[in-house]
Amino acid sequence: MRKLLFLLSMVPFVGSLIVINRTDPFVLGLPFVIFWAAIWVVLTSVCLFIVYKLDPDNKEREED
Amino acid sequence: MNLSLFIIIVFLALSLYLGIRSRKGKEMNLEQWAIGGRGLGTIFVFLLLAGENFTTYTFLGVSGSTYSLGAPMIYAFTPICYIVGYWLLPPVWKYAKEKQLLTQSDFFASKYNSKPFGFFVALVGVISVIPYLVLQLKGLGIIVSEASYGAVSPSAAIWIGMLTATVYVTISGIHGSAWTSVIKDILMFIIIIFIAIYLPFHYYGGIKPMFQTVGTVKPEMLTLPDSGNSISWYVSSCILFALGAYMWPHMFGASLSAKSAKVLKRNNILTPIYQLVMVLVLFIGFTAVLQVPGLKGAEVDRALFELVKRTFDPWFVGVIGGAGLLTALVPTSMLLMTAATLMSKNIYQTLKPQTSDQQLSRLTRILVPILALVSLYLTFKGGNTIVALLLMAYGFVVQLFPAVFFSLLKRNPVTVQGAFAGTFIGVAIVAYVTVSGTTISTLFPQLPQFIKDMDIGIIAVVLNIVFMLFISLITRKMNAVPRLKNETRLDA
Repeated sequence: MRKLLFLLSMVPFVGSLIVINRTDPFVLGLPFVIFWAAIWVVLTSVCLFIVYKLDPDNKEREED
Repeated sequence: MNLSLFIIIVFLALSLYLGIRSRKGKEMNLEQWAIGGRGLGTIFVFLLLAGENFTTYTFLGVSGSTYSLGAPMIYAFTPICYIVGYWLLPPVWKYAKEKQLLTQSDFFASKYNSKPFGFFVALVGVISVIPYLVLQLKGLGIIVSEASYGAVSPSAAIWIGMLTATVYVTISGIHGSAWTSVIKDILMFIIIIFIAIYLPFHYYGGIKPMFQTVGTVKPEMLTLPDSGNSISWYVSSCILFALGAYMWPHMFGASLSAKSAKVLKRNNILTPIYQLVMVLVLFIGFTAVLQVPGLKGAEVDRALFELVKRTFDPWFVGVIGGAGLLTALVPTSMLLMTAATLMSKNIYQTLKPQTSDQQLSRLTRILVPILALVSLYLTFKGGNTIVALLLMAYGFVVQLFPAVFFSLLKRNPVTVQGAFAGTFIGVAIVAYVTVSGTTISTLFPQLPQFIKDMDIGIIAVVLNIVFMLFISLITRKMNAVPRLKNETRLDA
């Protein structure tokens, strides 16, 4: 289970390192290269939150 | 006295008051002073670790570098270090709590059962944090001088700021930094959001029009170039940053102050969202590109203040200056405290093992003003050497990562000799390439451009790991690191 969770956390790790090096289309007023980088910042938080919630290690502690 | 200066003084007094008052009701032994008695909750740990993103580098460096480089500064908000932190810090914290460790060097000394190795790591740590401290002081001088419209010279600002940080660190330790960081981060958050949205609307009519205007005049600023700060530079720099972010002694030490491992996990979940503020700092730099043209070299660090001074009233410039002052004071206090603890506990006590805890606690506090004076000397006399030292420091701390990582595996494949050799080789390579100005491009000019653009620190880390494993293979039979029962591991 923890290996799967680790792999899930690697999704934003790899995603953040992929650069879409173009200006168009502008999204939320941002050139695409900046929007793409910023969206992975949010996705990192989301993925780590999912990992945290699914991690049996954390659940056991909460029950304790 | 102008209004702007008055507001800056109010913020300085407030930080001093909070810093000293935070000691109230606490018996200040070394554990309480250095890591808050391992009792800091999510909010304080968040502010100490995430708040480290908001230093003078944020205020001056990110906006200034965006002004000169443009899109490559997306590097400033890369979130991957928090993924590393999510998995790395909890087992480190558990082990440190189990063994009652106070510093990063304690961790290395305990994991590899070698005080000399801890001594070596402490030396690397102190050498790394001093230039970082000097950078904060130089930033503090620029911020206060600019925000006070020159009423206070950079030198006077640096002396006053350092005196303030020294007083509250000596009295309250990490509690002073934690409480000051509360006001610093609230203030920074509000100010950056406001000016980063106001400035593009004021000068261009919106964020998209700003980027479109910059794209028309300087289209090269909105994408990463094909060479230099290219995509491969970005990827290699992000990876090095991710591996090194928590290897800074003050960051490593601050993580030990958490109340539980879960606090650290929650911290790494929340912090990337906090990083989004960095995207807004980029807006300030992009706004300045066409509004404050012609800044070159070190002048680009003043891009933010050049812009706000021509846009806002003096009282608001004072508020920005006050916030900027706090962004220098908090990291300065953390760095002072970390360096003093490393020097007393991991350097002095290694040389004089009979030192009592009480003597150690006293010595640590005596070292704070001494280190402050050394930093002040380097700030005023260090010249460009400091920039080289800072680049070197970033390279140094990354070299500590492999030894930490391997020590947390189920079976540590690395012996103390291997850890020592690998880390030493990595540090030596970083020192050489920094001093000589070597890059992959100068070493191997015939290689493809994308390899030549990579950060040479990657080579140092790879050779570090190769040497570490090779020497460990040779020395394992001589004396493998004994595994203790129920040791905390990455996979535990």
